Amino acid sequence: MSLLQEVNEKALARNIPLSVQIDLTYRCNERCVHCYLDHDDHGEMTTAEIKHLLDELADAGVFVLSLSGGEIFLRKDFFEILEYARLQKQFCVKLKTNAIMVREREAVRLREIGVESIQISIYSHRPEVHDGITLVPGSLRRSIDAARFLKSQGLRVIFANVLMLQNVQDYQGMRALAEELGVECTLDPTVTPMMDGNRSVLNLGIGHETLRQVFRDQALVGDVDEFCAVPAPGDENSLSALPCSAGHTACYVSPYGDVFPCVQFPLPTGNVRNQKFLDIWRHSERMNEVRSIRLKDLTTCTSCAHVGSCTRCPGLAFMEGNMRGPSSQDCEKSFARTGVPSANMLAKKRVAVDLVQIRTLSTSSVALVAGALA
Amino acid sequence: MSKLYMARNPRAAARSLDGEMMIMSGRDSTLFTLNRTATILWQSADGATPLDEIVEKKICAEFEVAPTEALADAESLARELAGHEILQISDGPITTPNRTAGEK
Repeated sequence: MSLLQEVNEKALARNIPLSVQIDLTYRCNERCVHCYLDHDDHGEMTTAEIKHLLDELADAGVFVLSLSGGEIFLRKDFFEILEYARLQKQFCVKLKTNAIMVREREAVRLREIGVESIQISIYSHRPEVHDGITLVPGSLRRSIDAARFLKSQGLRVIFANVLMLQNVQDYQGMRALAEELGVECTLDPTVTPMMDGNRSVLNLGIGHETLRQVFRDQALVGDVDEFCAVPAPGDENSLSALPCSAGHTACYVSPYGDVFPCVQFPLPTGNVRNQKFLDIWRHSERMNEVRSIRLKDLTTCTSCAHVGSCTRCPGLAFMEGNMRGPSSQDCEKSFARTGVPSANMLAKKRVAVDLVQIRTLSTSSVALVAGALA
Repeated sequence: MSKLYMARNPRAAARSLDGEMMIMSGRDSTLFTLNRTATILWQSADGATPLDEIVEKKICAEFEVAPTEALADAESLARELAGHEILQISDGPITTPNRTAGEK
C-alpha cells in the first residue's frame, strides 16, 4: 500500500474530508460547447467568506484543496485567496483553469506562492478545433503561451481534454503537443450533463464505436488485452467496496457556499453561509445517505458482470434519477471496453422488447424493431 | 559551536491527520508522514528558537535520550527535512519564514 493509500484509509476511518474542491466562480471567459455550468453570478462568496471557509476546511483536516470554476483568474481576489490558502493554511493546492489570463507575471507569482499543479483545459492541438469548442478565437494560443510561462517557472502543468465528436480525431496530436511542451496530459471520454439536469450536451459524446477504438489504443491504456479483458465476477469484497470517494474523503463547495458530495454529484447537503462546514460534513442526512451506500446496495449493478471493475459514477447515476442506480455513461464505457453489455443495458433491452410487444404495430414494424434489438 | 535554526518551508503543504503530520514537499510534491520526533521539529520550527533548545525542552522532555545523542539525531533529521524542502535551516535566526517572494 502506498503512503497516499495509507493516508486515504486513515482519513476514511476517521471521517476526515481529505480533499475538497471549491469553485470560486461560475463566471468564465470561454463558452465551451460541452460545459455543464450556468455562467451568471448568482451571488458568489466574498473574500472574507472564502477565507472563513478555508479556516474551517483546515480545521476539518482538509489537505488537498482544488480551486476551480468557471475561470478562477476572473476573481480579482484570486491571488489573495490563494496566498491565504497556501501561506496561512498550508493546503496542498491544485488549480484548474483555462489559463488564458496567465502571463509571465502570474506564472512568477504562482511559483512564489507554490501550487502542486495547474490543470489547463486543452481540447486540441489545432486552433480551429480548440477555439471552435471554447468559442473564443485565439484561446488555444493563449493557453499554450500560459503553459510555457508556467513550465518556465518549474511548475507542474497538466492538460485536461474531454473527448467529444469535435475533437476525438485530435487526441494523439494533442498528446504530442503536451510531450513537446513537457506537460502531462489526461483524457476523459465523459461529457457531463448540465447541473440543471439538461442532458442535451451528452449528444457531443463520441459514441460506442469510437470509444471502443480509443480503449484499444495502446498508447493510452497500456496493455490492451488486460484493459479490455472480460471482467471477473464480483465477490464479497468488491460488493462491500465504496462506490468512490465522494462524501467519504472528498466533497465540493460551489461559489455560493453549497456543499455537494462531488462536483459531479449535484445533491445539496448544506450551505456554509449558514452552517458550519463540519456540521454539514458529519451530520447532513443526505451526505450520510451517500456515505452509507456500498456496491451491494445498488439496484441493478449488483447483478452486473462489471460490478467489480466498473467506473460507475454515483453522481452521474444520481443525475439519471437514482444514486443507487446505474450510470448509463459508465455502462457504455464498460461495454466499449470489454464487449460485454452491462445489466442495465440488458434490462433496457428487455423493457424495449416488452414495449414492442404491447404496442399496436404492423407485423413488419415489429420484426424490424425486434431485429434491431436482437 | 554554531547554533542551527529551523523554519517551516512555506512551499510545503502540511496538515495534522489525527495527530500525525502529513507534509508534501514543495520541491517535488513527494508526500511524507512525520514520526513523533520529526513532528516536534516541524511544530517547533519558528525560525527563532535554536535546535539545541528545542531538543532540550521538547525532545529530551518526551523521550529518554541523552542530550548530545538527541541533538545529533535531530540535526541530522533537520538537514534531511531541509533537503526535501520541508524545513529551512540556517546558522542564524530566520526572520521571515512565511514570505516566499523572490525565493527560487
